[in-house]
Amino acid sequence: MANMCPYGRFTHAVVRGIPETFGKTAGDSHENGEVTVDQAKAQRQFGCLTGALRQKVGLQLIEIPPDPELPESWRIEDVAVIQGDTALITRPFKQQRRSEVDAVRRVMSELNLTIVEMGDELGDSGGATLEGSDVLFTGREFFVGISSHTNRRGAEVLADTFRDFAVSTVPVCGGARLKDFCSMGGPDTIIISNSDGAKKTLRVRMMEQLTDHHYEVLTVPEESAANCIYIKGPSKRDFLLHRPAEECPDSISAFQKLPDYTPLPTACSEASKLGASLSSFCLLINRKHTYF
Amino acid sequence: MTTESGADSEAKQPQANKEAEKGKTKAAADPASPQKQPEQLPAAVGHSTPTRKDQEQEEDQESHRSSTSRLSKSPLRGVKKVKMMQCKITLLDGTDYTVNVEKRAKGHVLFDKVCEHLNLLEKDYFGVTYRDVENQKNWLDPSKELKKQIRTGPWNFAFNVKFYPPDPSQLSEDITRYYLCLQLRDDVVSGRLPCSFATHTLLGSYTVQSELGDYDLEEMGSDYVSEIRFAPNQTKELEEKVMELHKTYKGMTPAEAEIHFLENAKKLSMYGVDLHHAKLVGNLYESLAPAEGEDSEGVEIMLGVCSSGLLIYRDRLRINRFAWPKILKISYKRNNFYIKIRPGEFEQFESTIGFKLPNHRASKRLWKVCVEHHTFFRLVSPEAPPKKFLSLGSKFRYSGRTQAQTRRASAQIARPAPLFERTSSKRYNMSRSLDGAPITENHETPVKDGTGDGVPKVLAHEDIITTVTTERKAEEEKEEQEEVQKAATETPEATEMTPLRHDTKDSEPPPEVVKHQTNISELKRSFLETGSGSGGPGQTEWEKRLSSSPLRSPRADESPMIEPLELQDANDEQPTEEETKQVVGSKDTVAAGYLVKYVPDSIVTEGATSSGPHGISLSTTMDDDVFINGTLREEAEGKSHEEEEVSDRSDVKVSPGAVRQEVSQAISDKKGTLIIFKQPENKENTQDEGTSEKKSLPAPIELETDETEKETEAPAAVKGQTSVVEMLSPTVEIKTGDTAQIKNIDSPKKAMASWISEEKVEVSQVIGVFTKKVEELKTLDEVQQKAEGIQSKQLESSLTHITVSEASAASLAVSTFGWVSPSQKASADQDEKPVITENEAEPVTSKVPDGVDVPSKDVPVVHTETKTITYESAEVDTNGDADAGVLLSAQTITSETTSTTTTTHITKTVKGGISETRIEKRIVITGDADIDHDEALAQAIKEAKEQHPDMSVTKVVVHKETEITPEEGED
Repeated sequence: MANMCPYGRFTHAVVRGIPETFGKTAGDSHENGEVTVDQAKAQRQFGCLTGALRQKVGLQLIEIPPDPELPESWRIEDVAVIQGDTALITRPFKQQRRSEVDAVRRVMSELNLTIVEMGDELGDSGGATLEGSDVLFTGREFFVGISSHTNRRGAEVLADTFRDFAVSTVPVCGGARLKDFCSMGGPDTIIISNSDGAKKTLRVRMMEQLTDHHYEVLTVPEESAANCIYIKGPSKRDFLLHRPAEECPDSISAFQKLPDYTPLPTACSEASKLGASLSSFCLLINRKHTYF
Repeated sequence: MTTESGADSEAKQPQANKEAEKGKTKAAADPASPQKQPEQLPAAVGHSTPTRKDQEQEEDQESHRSSTSRLSKSPLRGVKKVKMMQCKITLLDGTDYTVNVEKRAKGHVLFDKVCEHLNLLEKDYFGVTYRDVENQKNWLDPSKELKKQIRTGPWNFAFNVKFYPPDPSQLSEDITRYYLCLQLRDDVVSGRLPCSFATHTLLGSYTVQSELGDYDLEEMGSDYVSEIRFAPNQTKELEEKVMELHKTYKGMTPAEAEIHFLENAKKLSMYGVDLHHAKLVGNLYESLAPAEGEDSEGVEIMLGVCSSGLLIYRDRLRINRFAWPKILKISYKRNNFYIKIRPGEFEQFESTIGFKLPNHRASKRLWKVCVEHHTFFRLVSPEAPPKKFLSLGSKFRYSGRTQAQTRRASAQIARPAPLFERTSSKRYNMSRSLDGAPITENHETPVKDGTGDGVPKVLAHEDIITTVTTERKAEEEKEEQEEVQKAATETPEATEMTPLRHDTKDSEPPPEVVKHQTNISELKRSFLETGSGSGGPGQTEWEKRLSSSPLRSPRADESPMIEPLELQDANDEQPTEEETKQVVGSKDTVAAGYLVKYVPDSIVTEGATSSGPHGISLSTTMDDDVFINGTLREEAEGKSHEEEEVSDRSDVKVSPGAVRQEVSQAISDKKGTLIIFKQPENKENTQDEGTSEKKSLPAPIELETDETEKETEAPAAVKGQTSVVEMLSPTVEIKTGDTAQIKNIDSPKKAMASWISEEKVEVSQVIGVFTKKVEELKTLDEVQQKAEGIQSKQLESSLTHITVSEASAASLAVSTFGWVSPSQKASADQDEKPVITENEAEPVTSKVPDGVDVPSKDVPVVHTETKTITYESAEVDTNGDADAGVLLSAQTITSETTSTTTTTHITKTVKGGISETRIEKRIVITGDADIDHDEALAQAIKEAKEQHPDMSVTKVVVHKETEITPEEGED
């Protein structure tokens, strides 16, 4: 269909800077304030990430300035789901995060994306919540993790928004998020961690049961390694942003199995203390998209 | 019929053609059966000829008929005055086509007329629908009389796409794609096929290009698309985008635009998905997961049937998916629909998932749609419907060509691309005349040319057809034989049967059948059409779909049709106590050169059908027996089939599509061979048995000499039988059918007779034995007795609820029975083979008893009995083991029918300067009590032999898996 093309072609990345309030409101429920994070280090890591996206991969980078009032706004992945020329502005689980969408919405409209509001459709009473970290788009279909932050109503809105695609739900237990243990590693490749939860949840449900498509599965031993960013940049090369060896020593060899990739080790230790990972930092957009 | 085709090409005598057609139709009364293909093909060709069309019109007038056509032969007409009915068919472009058909004509007559009118050769993807009493759309069953399907109301129909090809680019003709496009446009506009705005735009732009051609400022102006519908809720913005896009398509032909349209439409997630309302039964969080902690019981879902399997949606979200290879069995009982699932990577047991449909008819309709889709998309050739007169359960089978067959056939289409006028979606509707005559004419023209010149073309068709035909004929013959046998057999059986069963049987054939048809397409239709009907304007597309579903329909269960069904159920239940079981058998026939290595592989496990919770099992079985896929086999043996299944399941590489392609390729490569194999698959026999003992005699019986093998399966108890027949042929070449087969015919009858005499033994065995029938019979008896013992044990085991069925792989008794051709090479002929049998057979029997065990019992509701019996010729084995030889080629072909799955593995090796071709055929017969596995197996073997006269059967392995359902009625 109009919007269907191999995963990984992006032209733009939208990110949002690290505020000085970074870590004040802990990322995910259970970890809370006990975690001490190094805000300066987080900013450095953020800089490395954005630098890689811009200079190595060659994306156009749009950086939304940080807002101290929104300590989690750097997790921009959560507030929008973009496919083709449509951006679904999500409704994050936490009330205090919902105003994060405003700035993102503006950027989306500047990029001429068609904006769909989750809040509008159901109203606040609809109870739909959805965060991008529970959404895995493979280029062919969506998997939505039904987690503590994303509910079925939210998934339904997403399905209604992206009607061309099958939207399958995957139950995600505990406080985890779908993308905690999986991400795209290529047009037909899904990187999945080898943890028991991931195995049962994802491998069986997603790979065997839910999809009509065949995906290659790259298994990595550490859960933190499963969240990567794959981009086929303007240069047509395959880039994979992944956690560096210090953060996932056992998984590096797995990444090397990917042929002809340009690996971009990118540290993410501070954000990961808050339950985030590489993909949390950016929204990827393909504005060159045209009907084929 | 062949002649006729020639006549057509030469002369345009309408009458002659007519006759030919009718002959075809009648001959083809067994609708889709490929057997008749020879006839059919000419027919297809004929369609294109102008003559025929003339004929049609003439027919309409009826005047002609009286004289000529009657002479022709149609049995129907000959008898008495023919009553004609006027049928109005709504075509895909929205126009109505009116045609007269005999009241007693079968569905395919009407369908063929419509296809002829449309100039459509690749018609297997299409079907005719009608509305039943409940206003549900049903697919017209081509094999049943129209009047039995249209019970009330005017004879109004619609022409629709029935099987959406996953890859429309593989269609041979543009005209076929055009009609598919028309269907899809309607799907889109009605909301049945949801799309994003961008996709609406894109599809709309191709529609415009197809209908209007290049944008022309002067002619079209700036608002030229508003009268064309693109979307359920069409906006000005959409139209502008469509125009914007359309203007970029300079020089794109209509056919190209349609290809683009289809290439995009086919990727939509709901493309070709036939939705059915249902509710979950039981709390199945693990597999269906509504939401964590949520009780899934009673949750409303949608079941979507498509080419790849069964999809389960909750609201708009896909919550599960079962690819066909993952499904071991599909059944329904009353308003419950069950699928038995192959165990997953982390699961030990297969499971059965139940769904509750609005009513019995809905569940049956869903079941039929599943059977048809599975057959069409997954099997190489359709499976023959059960032939018994008094069988329980549905006789329904998909009888048309499978996708593989239709592709093969359409690859042979040699006519020049027909010219046709693309009528546009909405605008022309009003102005169109009812008959659509103009279109026809256009079509015809090209056709005529083709025909005139094209004798060669015709020939081509025939060739193709012929191939098929041979097979079919063989099958037919067999079938006939079977029928005869059955007829004889049945009577006795009936007596044996409990009264309940009789009732069931009697009632079923006529009424039920009709009902089946009625129900089938209702849902589909409802989806398609419903949209607006029940749903308010405010509804979402999805809601509309839902609303159309029977669940919401007020009348759901009220219709008169239902009553009979219920009766059945009642009957069924009673039988349940008796507990008839479904039998699944897999048979593999392999013709091998010298070496038979795989013999061990042959052990196949079959999923037993889950019997209904109560005594109902019978009914379930009967009605529901669907198919078991290759999967089953794999589990048990795995190896031989590995290739296919692996692809499907284990995520290896091959997508189902690829598999299909492989299959088709394989077919094309070796038409003769493959075809042969297919036939065996098709045959299923029904077994009815005594009630109380239900599970009696699973034991296989084999005796005999070379060619014929017979296996008996216990009718009741045995659910799955897998037999592997290996044939060794010295020569690589495979020859098709010889006379020897005929001999077989006799033998089966005898076997039957013997069986009958035994009466309450309840063992149904059908065996075709060539030369040494008598011997066989003796053996059979012995075997049977032993088998009985075993079965009785099984019976004791308790039943489980349908939902939880666990198959335990029971003991497997393996006996080898082999027919080896004495002279490997020269002995092409039938009779020559040594008889190894009896000795071997005996040991087998002894083993069988041991094998009956029910291993797994954790949640054991359903016990499965598995027995494997191998017959093998000693000679062969030795050879096989001794030398490996050099493998030249190996090929695996799988075909499935509703109740039968056949996997053919062809291996060519060179060893010691001698080339061997070894064919391994694995046939899985799945079914309920109404399938006579033994007979099916016997026939399969017979066929295989017939078809490969120069090969000998080296080994036959029969593996039976039976579910034992005791009577506990729960639920």
